[in-house]
Amino acid sequence: MVEQNLLLLLVLTPFVSAALAATLPIGARNAEAWLAGLTMIVALVILGVLYPAVTEGRSITGTFRWVSSIGLDLTFRIDGFSWLFMVLVAGIGFLVILYARYYMSPDDPVPRLYSCLLAFAGAMSGLLLSGNIIMLVVFWELTSIVSFLLIGYWFQRQDARDGARMSLIVTASGGLCLMVAMIILGQIAGSYDLDAVLAAGPQITSHRLYPAVLILFVLGAFTKSAQFPFHFWLPNAMAAPTPVSSYLHSATMVKAGVFVLLRFHPALGGTDAWFQIVTGIGLTTLLLGAVTALFRHDLKGLLAYSTISHLGLITALAGIGTPFALVAAVFHIVNHAVFKASLFMAAGIIDHETGTRDMRRLSGLARVMPVTAALAIIASGAMAGVPLLNGFLSKEMFFEATYVWNNGGSLDSFAPYVAVLAGAFSAAYSLRFIVKVFFGPPATDLPQEPHEPPLLMRLPVAILVAICLAVGMFPQQVLGTWLQTASLAVVGPELPHFSLKIWHGVNPPLIMSLIAMTLGALIYLLPRRLIDSGEDGTRLMRRLDFARGFDWLLQNLTIRLPRFALRVLSANGLQSQLRAMVLLSLAGAWFVLRTLDWNVPMPELGASELVFALLWVVGGTCAIGAAWQAKYHRFAALVLMGGAGLVTCATFVWLSAPDLAVTQLLVEIATTALLLLGLRWLPKRNEEIAGDNNLVARSRRSRDLLIALACGSGMTALALAVLLTPPGASVGDWFLRNAYVEGGGTNVVNVILVDFRAFDTFGEITVLAIVGLTVYALLRRFRPAPESVERPRPQLDAEEQALEAYLFVPSVLMQWLFAPIIALSAYLFFRGHDLPGGGFAAGVTLAVGLLLQYVAANVRWVEARIIVLPVRWMASGLTISAAVGAGSWIFGYPFLSAHAQYLDIPIIGKVPFSTAMLFDFGVFSLVMGAIVLMLIAIAHQSLRVAPRARPVEPSEETN
Amino acid sequence: MELILALAIGILVGSGVWLMLRPRSYQVIIGLCLLAYGVNLFIFAMGRLYIGGAPIMPKGGFVDPSAYADPMPQALVLTAIVISFATTALFLVLMIAARGATGTDHVDGRERHS
Repeated sequence: MVEQNLLLLLVLTPFVSAALAATLPIGARNAEAWLAGLTMIVALVILGVLYPAVTEGRSITGTFRWVSSIGLDLTFRIDGFSWLFMVLVAGIGFLVILYARYYMSPDDPVPRLYSCLLAFAGAMSGLLLSGNIIMLVVFWELTSIVSFLLIGYWFQRQDARDGARMSLIVTASGGLCLMVAMIILGQIAGSYDLDAVLAAGPQITSHRLYPAVLILFVLGAFTKSAQFPFHFWLPNAMAAPTPVSSYLHSATMVKAGVFVLLRFHPALGGTDAWFQIVTGIGLTTLLLGAVTALFRHDLKGLLAYSTISHLGLITALAGIGTPFALVAAVFHIVNHAVFKASLFMAAGIIDHETGTRDMRRLSGLARVMPVTAALAIIASGAMAGVPLLNGFLSKEMFFEATYVWNNGGSLDSFAPYVAVLAGAFSAAYSLRFIVKVFFGPPATDLPQEPHEPPLLMRLPVAILVAICLAVGMFPQQVLGTWLQTASLAVVGPELPHFSLKIWHGVNPPLIMSLIAMTLGALIYLLPRRLIDSGEDGTRLMRRLDFARGFDWLLQNLTIRLPRFALRVLSANGLQSQLRAMVLLSLAGAWFVLRTLDWNVPMPELGASELVFALLWVVGGTCAIGAAWQAKYHRFAALVLMGGAGLVTCATFVWLSAPDLAVTQLLVEIATTALLLLGLRWLPKRNEEIAGDNNLVARSRRSRDLLIALACGSGMTALALAVLLTPPGASVGDWFLRNAYVEGGGTNVVNVILVDFRAFDTFGEITVLAIVGLTVYALLRRFRPAPESVERPRPQLDAEEQALEAYLFVPSVLMQWLFAPIIALSAYLFFRGHDLPGGGFAAGVTLAVGLLLQYVAANVRWVEARIIVLPVRWMASGLTISAAVGAGSWIFGYPFLSAHAQYLDIPIIGKVPFSTAMLFDFGVFSLVMGAIVLMLIAIAHQSLRVAPRARPVEPSEETN
Repeated sequence: MELILALAIGILVGSGVWLMLRPRSYQVIIGLCLLAYGVNLFIFAMGRLYIGGAPIMPKGGFVDPSAYADPMPQALVLTAIVISFATTALFLVLMIAARGATGTDHVDGRERHS
């Protein structure tokens, strides 16, 4: 169990540290470096403890149950291969962090860098250790996102933003492909567990979906590992700070693609399609990357293309797929990570010291920085594959793999030649790097005077170069057992015995190596001047530079196509959009209902319904009148709309819905007040609008009238059809039976709202709160139209004194009414559970009570006496409701379970009490707060702009 | 009774839709309010009509659901009323803010030129 927990710790610690790192002060470079460095050391220690358990092909699996029902558990699994990879992540991570401490300038906001680096380490650990293939994809995408953030670290630079966006789009799209592949894999294997999927290899390769899975899978792997034709994002990612390039874009993250290729080799590999695609793309990338690297003048550009090339090499090995090739692949992953990380750091040092990375300007640096030069030269030797360095050994193994393996295909016959040619170019660009930068005459036009960097900045490079040398000279002793452990995990028990040796005698790989070296030296040294001063990159590669194609695609997909679609598809203006929506709904309703027969008998109207009919004659007239008058006579339309609302309210009373009637009535008051407050800001409409009565306008109105008639008659028909059909069994019956027994209340509507369906209500009051805050926020920056700024004419005409006198009696009445309204509100609230009323109604009542004070009296007078803090009411309402809901967790019930009982209070007697009532209080508080907030926010606009419009008087109180 | 209510719903919805398609923002707001009345009544009517059967239960004992109005649509409509008030408020504020920003009360923020 300890080991399982350590495994979880391995993934969690970096994330926790990342959160901590993000909170440190902006200039705390040392604290950040200590925190991050210690995190990496903790990871290394854990890995050391876990090592004995992963040798000899064993693995540890820790499962933490999560969403087991869909096969998603937090499963972490470590074996020899992921162990070795983890050592790279933590080890190089540690060195990079040390390096970054000296690389980053004091002006850079380092918490963001370290936090992202740590988050990356966590995401990468999760990716490597996932025992569930869906989790693997999640961490995979997480690494893409963190990489995006890190490339865009200097977000003020255009190239950083572009590079970050490009890498995110490419790698995240690949990640989506990978996710689909994983889902299909899981479906085929019947489980998302990694071990189960790996064990289902034959079943997967013989499945009819295998080609699709393979394509999607390699799309994921190739985009991440920058394989042709997706390689273009990696050079553009070099806009990142050098520690990031060194860590993510050479040593670890880009290796994730080859990691999954190797990891899923047992499940997907071994077929001819696998060989053709993976080896083919790998060899293409290997050669293209190596050739292009030779012609790049930017140091980091050279190293980026070299990385692409080496990733191609590993991919090709994964495609070949023999046990020997797989061992070589694992070995080269480690070797490449070590020498390339050190080279990137060296390039960073050169950049840091001289102020440029352009190889055309750099020259003769060996004199001014001899130690760095020596280190970089050794690392480049490893990159070129010089004997006695680690790169030599794995390159030999690669040559042997291409030479030995033979399935008779044409690709297989080509492989050795491609390998030697790429090896030659690799030697050539390494040589160019050494000769051009460190030798020759001293550079003259450098932006800065170069000198050796601080010792601690050189230390990470020195350590990595020492590893290059140690592995190169004593491979078996230094790396033999670890490689054995890792390879066992990849290949399985049929792993052949191998031994890492420097000298195998004169054999084909050695001869291939020698040819490559010689050829490489010739390739660079003969046309040296041409290369050194020539164009940046090759013409072929510029043709194949998909970055431009990518930009073109992006431009079309994200700008031109949407604009075109907008132009073609969108309705112009709100009216046409609404019309389209209404017509679509009409068409939808017709489409669904056209097959039904109309067999509803026409109901007869009895005499008792005469009053109801008369009621709706009034209501209907009001509605039509409002529709008629809303354009020129807004106030009349408002009154008429209120009339329709009142008739609706009466209908609720008539048809046994007292709760609805109460709420409707109160909301009606609030709505009317609201609209009255808004009327003031609308333009005066005394004369006819131009062009309102010409033929076009008339035909438009007739068309809309037809649509409205169709909608109205359609709704009538629908309503009639439903009303005249006998009801079936309704869920309402259950509520009626159980409201008292289960909910402890007799008013079923209220019990439903605060108990049975309280979660819906909770959502609804949240919406109300959001709307309230939105209204408030919108009005904070409100600027009225110029002609509305003046005070309305009645107020201007009458002196303020006179106005107050005019409203004296109503205002006294309303002051007197304030207390009864509060009492009414409390009454409605407390009876709510058993009789019509409840939190909604009580909240609106109290809000209306407050509003009346505002209407009748001087606003300043009111605000000097009543202080309402609507936002606090809203906040406490939401908090109370949520707390009541969460409270039921304490007793082991689901969210918002209510408990009801009767309390015996002295004098008053038995009072029904339930936790639902507390919830209802939250509703009350929020509704009241939100409505008051909206009304006051609108009402206050007059107050805010009024003093500006009037001439300033000495006695005037300014706001 | 049913016929009258159905006609009422039709009139409210028809007036609402007509106003919704008008160019002035105030018309649209009034239209949405009328539409809300119609739709609320429609949802309410889905539980069928009862007279004198408010869903207020006796305390304990056997309950015959067929004697009471269906409480489910009522609960739905109750929240719908409050939410429609909230949307009205939001539209109103948008309207006056747009009026301040654009200088016109046309829904598109500019007068039609035709």
